[in-house]
Amino acid sequence: MIAFLRCAFFVLIVRPILTVILGANVRRRDLLPRTGPAIIVANHNSHLDTLTIMAMYPLRRLKLLRPVAAMDYFMRTRPMAWFAVNMIGIIPVSRGGMNRDLLQRCVAALDKGEILIVFPEGSRGEPEKLSLFKKGVAHLVKARPGTPVHPLFLHGLGKALPKDTWVLIPFNCDVVVGEPLLWTGSIESFMAELQARVAGLAAQIHMAPWE
Amino acid sequence: MNVIAAFFATPVHAAIGIIYGILIFGTAVTQILRRVSPGPMTQELTKRVVSWWWMITVFTIAILTYRMVSTIFLAFVSFLALKEYLSLIPTRRVDRRVLIWAYLAIPAQFYFAHMGQVGLFMVFIPVWMFLFLPARITLGGHTEGFLRAVGLLSWGLMITVFSLSHTALLLTFSFNHGGGAGALLFLVALTQFNDVAQFTFGNLLGRHKIIPKVSPNKTWEGFLGGITATTVAAGLIGPYLTPMPWHYSVLAGFLIAGAGYLGDITISACKRDLHVKDASNLIPGHGGILDRVDSLIYSAPVFFHYLNYFFGNWPATPL
Repeated sequence: MIAFLRCAFFVLIVRPILTVILGANVRRRDLLPRTGPAIIVANHNSHLDTLTIMAMYPLRRLKLLRPVAAMDYFMRTRPMAWFAVNMIGIIPVSRGGMNRDLLQRCVAALDKGEILIVFPEGSRGEPEKLSLFKKGVAHLVKARPGTPVHPLFLHGLGKALPKDTWVLIPFNCDVVVGEPLLWTGSIESFMAELQARVAGLAAQIHMAPWE
Repeated sequence: MNVIAAFFATPVHAAIGIIYGILIFGTAVTQILRRVSPGPMTQELTKRVVSWWWMITVFTIAILTYRMVSTIFLAFVSFLALKEYLSLIPTRRVDRRVLIWAYLAIPAQFYFAHMGQVGLFMVFIPVWMFLFLPARITLGGHTEGFLRAVGLLSWGLMITVFSLSHTALLLTFSFNHGGGAGALLFLVALTQFNDVAQFTFGNLLGRHKIIPKVSPNKTWEGFLGGITATTVAAGLIGPYLTPMPWHYSVLAGFLIAGAGYLGDITISACKRDLHVKDASNLIPGHGGILDRVDSLIYSAPVFFHYLNYFFGNWPATPL
């Protein structure tokens, strides 16, 4: 039942809105991980980020996708928590660093062959500005060094639906998928490499000034 | 046999049949080219032809059903064009909500077109939106970059909504021949035919560039070849699809080709200023909607006023 509702939600609501109102220009869709275990790492500007990534997958793969999302925000009310867990399939995390419990839940998901979606900027932050990545994702990769990490850059969604508003304005958005990277041996070098990769993807597209 | 006979019963149906004939011919040529000289150029060409099949089919369905369906389709094209434009230009964050008003202008403008309210249609964007949007932007309270914001938004609304909405106004004509749909088909088919003809002549014979700084692929050979082919084609189909006799049709073809060319290079200049090659990658092989309707942005108002001046059957309302 939940699985059916979830498919219906994506087919009837998410996809029409994303295709008609937003319209994503996706570059290198072929580089997206088809199966888990894998981690997708993207910059974060809008609630639409997660949905945009999930909508690029065929319905039968929806159940593989597990966005890692802040508990204090999404678990505030019971309907919202139900929605976040059942419709989106989030792994709830508490903000403020990687604790053992969370790490274990993420590792367990990877071991089940799921694809984690991680936004290491932490919060949606200043719209359309890339802020420094938090290190949690590196600890996760360190725990499962074979996992491919797919960097992804999103642009335009922070203009369409930024933080602190529910008024959606139509804008085209860009999604750039990058080559996967593997564990580099140290937390610092991995984070530096990841941050550089995402910045490299950002440089591939035209970004209209938004000041 | 009856089905075929019924299909060619009206001039619009027959013209669409001919368009599909050209499409099949074009597909055959690109398939042969792909065998003879495989490479990125022919691959690109194949993608374009596949997209043409989609675009022509959607357009055919849109104009052969009800006029309301056609108008909604044209409004949707206008929406995609405005969205593409607004996504490309620099925007001030404070103006985010102003854009709602720009988007809302689309249903209003196409409603006026559908109802044949030509007077309102002609002033709604050039007067009312033109005055309202700057005032609304002013209420945002930021003067830094005000002029640029107003200029960019007004121009965008004029080209993507006002100009393109003339296509829907053409549908309100009630001529004998092909009716409003015939006039629209004449305009759109010739505008797109002119693009393809300029591209083809330019590629086969192109030597002398016209304005290399704006559009390096545009040559005099392509321009003159395209305009000639379009004028001849217009003279042949005009008398069937529209109330225009052949000599009026020829002039209409000439105007559509010339205006289409200007639309093409104007949007090129706009893209060049924004440092993008294509407005998006919505249509494989073609780019975005703006890349496909660039010529139509100029040819639609020009053809509408030409047709309206000589053959318009409006009741005498002051414009």
